[in-house]
Amino acid sequence: MTMVSHPTVEVTLCPDGPLLVRGATTVVDDQGSRHSVTRPVVALCRCGSSGSLPWCDGMHKLLQQRDAKRDQDHHNWEEDRDTSREVEP
Amino acid sequence: MDLPEERGPLSAALFDHLRRPADRTPGSDVWSDDVLDRVRSLDPADVIADLDTQLSLWVLYELHYRSFDDVDDDHEWSAAVLFLRGLLEIPFESAIRAECEHLVNHVLANEGDLSGRLFDLTSSFEGPALADYVQRRATRAQIREFLMLRSIYHLKEADPHSWAIPRLTGAAKAGLVELQFDEYGDGHADRVHQDLFRTTLRGAGLDDRYGGYIEVAPAETLAVSNVMSLFGLHRRWRGAAMGHLGAFEATSSIPCRRYAAGLRRAGFDDAVAFYFDEHVEADAVHEQLALRGICGSLVEEHPDLEPDVVLGAVSCLVLEARASTGLLDAWQRGGHLVQPPAERPRLASDDGEAVPA
Repeated sequence: MTMVSHPTVEVTLCPDGPLLVRGATTVVDDQGSRHSVTRPVVALCRCGSSGSLPWCDGMHKLLQQRDAKRDQDHHNWEEDRDTSREVEP
Repeated sequence: MDLPEERGPLSAALFDHLRRPADRTPGSDVWSDDVLDRVRSLDPADVIADLDTQLSLWVLYELHYRSFDDVDDDHEWSAAVLFLRGLLEIPFESAIRAECEHLVNHVLANEGDLSGRLFDLTSSFEGPALADYVQRRATRAQIREFLMLRSIYHLKEADPHSWAIPRLTGAAKAGLVELQFDEYGDGHADRVHQDLFRTTLRGAGLDDRYGGYIEVAPAETLAVSNVMSLFGLHRRWRGAAMGHLGAFEATSSIPCRRYAAGLRRAGFDDAVAFYFDEHVEADAVHEQLALRGICGSLVEEHPDLEPDVVLGAVSCLVLEARASTGLLDAWQRGGHLVQPPAERPRLASDDGEAVPA
């Protein structure tokens, strides 16, 4: 992805989140499509799962919740497995 | 708009006073003993659900926003009116603190940077699944009812948080103004978010006037707006105002995508859904600006404000959940909290299918 923009573009990487971009006028995505920037600050998707690519739509949070739940479920499974081993003769 | 109908002895006394010309002399004897006793004996456990209290607070705060055609502007800062509002805010604040205390303490006790903890809070908070219901099951009538109730806040969208601008400094101030600039259309009059919601209302065959549905809003819906005004209008609550903003923005983007999908499923067109489409993208930006740029900066510079910021965030989630619960409960019983007006008859779609109810 490249950006064609005003010289003073500022990019901020949000931890576990999008790229915030200030000062861009156009975003060119990985297919070469040009997207006009209509806001002073835009959020570019970093997780790849946005339904509004190239813009962030919050989908990364759902993915993180799903991953956290899966990790918790796996942890619970491991605990149950280890507990059941302990009671075996 | 004019003053709404009174909903109990408190609003009756307040509105009667507001309809008279304002008198600039201190109003120590304006309110009857009966009214003052009533206010002083309000139980915080009841006030969020009490329509007389919430409507009175809403009208008192509204004097600072668009006010009422039948109310003298001089009432806005009159001692008598501010005195009564101050009394009402006591049980209201107590109620908010009590409702939020447990979750606030939990967030304060967690480790990690504040914005990370607030993102975790908003992601993990299990409120009623209103957005899911609207997306997948709500009828046209239910969706229109939802829009009527949401109009109480959205027609003043962003204004309650703007009160905090003069109370902030430095990076937090710059961050708030950057966010609000977007809310107010990035300099374009036709993109002001409050007015995008008016387009949604009109497209859904609803009244788009400010205060159009104040007569039917339940107490819990008014409380959602009132807490924002409480935080915004008091300097001492500037941390809470910004925490509230952060939680609000961080719980918007994904639900708005669901609301837009539900609207389309129920046959509303792009013009009606546009408000929600816009907010999917806008609030993905705003949540980062609010939680990192504003709340993060504010607490970095003023660590003593952290508990207030967290209280503000939790109160947003808790009061929204209370309002949504009432609505979902009514829908699940097959009824309405507020009966939407009948829609004008529509033509059947081109392929001859019946219009969904």
